[in-house]
Amino acid sequence: MNAKLRSTINKAAPPVAAIIALIIAWQVICIICQIPKYLLPSPYDVIMAFEKDWTLMMSHAKVTLEETFIGLFFGIITGFIMASAMDRFEIIRKMIYPLIVVSQTIPTVAIAPLLVIWLGYEMLPKIVLIVLVVFFPIAIGLLEGFSSVDRDTIRLMRSMGANRLQIFIYVKLPNSLHYFFSSFKISVSYAVVGAVVSEWIGGTEGLGCYMTRVRKSFSSDKMFAVIILIAAISLLLIWLTVVLQRICMPWEKVKEKE
Amino acid sequence: MAELEVKGVSFSYDNENTVLKNIDLSLHDGELISLLGVSGGGKTTLFNIISGLLIPDEGHVYLNGEEITGCSGKVSYMLQKDMLLPYWTVEDNVLLPLIIKGIKKREARLTAGRYFAEFGIDGTQKMYPSELSGGMRQRAALLRTYLFSADIALLDEPFSALDTITKSEMHRWYLDVMDNIRLSTIFITHDVDEAILLSDRIYLLGGKPGTITNEIVIAEPKPRRKDFNLTDEFLQYKREIISKIK
Repeated sequence: MNAKLRSTINKAAPPVAAIIALIIAWQVICIICQIPKYLLPSPYDVIMAFEKDWTLMMSHAKVTLEETFIGLFFGIITGFIMASAMDRFEIIRKMIYPLIVVSQTIPTVAIAPLLVIWLGYEMLPKIVLIVLVVFFPIAIGLLEGFSSVDRDTIRLMRSMGANRLQIFIYVKLPNSLHYFFSSFKISVSYAVVGAVVSEWIGGTEGLGCYMTRVRKSFSSDKMFAVIILIAAISLLLIWLTVVLQRICMPWEKVKEKE
Repeated sequence: MAELEVKGVSFSYDNENTVLKNIDLSLHDGELISLLGVSGGGKTTLFNIISGLLIPDEGHVYLNGEEITGCSGKVSYMLQKDMLLPYWTVEDNVLLPLIIKGIKKREARLTAGRYFAEFGIDGTQKMYPSELSGGMRQRAALLRTYLFSADIALLDEPFSALDTITKSEMHRWYLDVMDNIRLSTIFITHDVDEAILLSDRIYLLGGKPGTITNEIVIAEPKPRRKDFNLTDEFLQYKREIISKIK
């Protein structure tokens, strides 16, 4: 067994053992206390719910993922444009920064019904809601990355005759990647939650809609199953983000080795 | 004709705090001169003026007779830290000044290729700066400085962050490289020994506001003897400089 595999197992073993212990305890409590399924389904009931509704859940998950990816894409674009504009023009920073901070104090569940009223029951209001929750961490993270460039580096670039665009491309952009990926990981989980919340309010497809239906029919086993599925999707997307970060930032890998 | 001339340069921050007053200096072809003085004496400000990053209140900077006051991108500038960008490979860092000038990467690679061996960093092209030792990083930074301008280089305490042994190796290496490439250089240092060892002339910058108080010519021919820093002449220069700084 190589050292890397051993280290991975050592890292993963404690949380995996804790999860297994929790599931066993949950199953035992459900059996001993004979808790009704609609109040607290056992892990076995949840697995059965997965088995029964797997195809249906996957078709809903496909829609949610589609919304998530489109929302993430436009959220990142919006965040990037805002961060670049705020970095370039001090006046825009002064005008926009307080507004976007205030915008984040409004709960998404409060905006979602309004978006449905304004934009209908199709995919558009859902994507707009995801963009609204995603752009903020991206914009703030990127702006911090752009601003944190060493002043001496800028001085060196200017002494070489670099223009603003060259400084942006060769220094600010790569310097902000670390900040971007930290924000991106947060945004990914926000995007999935945003998609589900927007599906609660209106529409006929997506894991949020499926969740609303099973809740109304007191199918707690399916409710648990869909919650676990949403968490698993979020975790998978965060893991993909980490992989993407490793590909885009090979110098970090070198630093880790050092 | 002098390659670089600084004439009557004065500079103040916010028109109040005068940092430099009536500075005159010249740098001839292939020459290495040092600016020696206490910290906060305005040496880096003078470099910023020569490199065009600051505009002086009075005076002018000429490169080969042409005025370059306030024009950046004319002389190369190496700061105290090596300033290699951690997210680019050594090769990309070194090629950066050529890319900024608009030269295509393939062409820039061809131009820079032969210097990697000359600067003793061949084989590091695909590495990241974090994989290099302090001395190697300085060599890469010096190559980047050289590729930016093969005429004039401003080096702001380039070896100050190195340990004594590496610093001494770098001095020897630098003198050898200079013999080959004949890059005219102005060098900022606080280290009197370093200034005597490397320079053809030393300008002492002192007072508030900073002025050139003395110019000392180091008559020892180049390439310098390996034991030059152990000779009586070296100690005489050192005594002279220390007495004038006081």
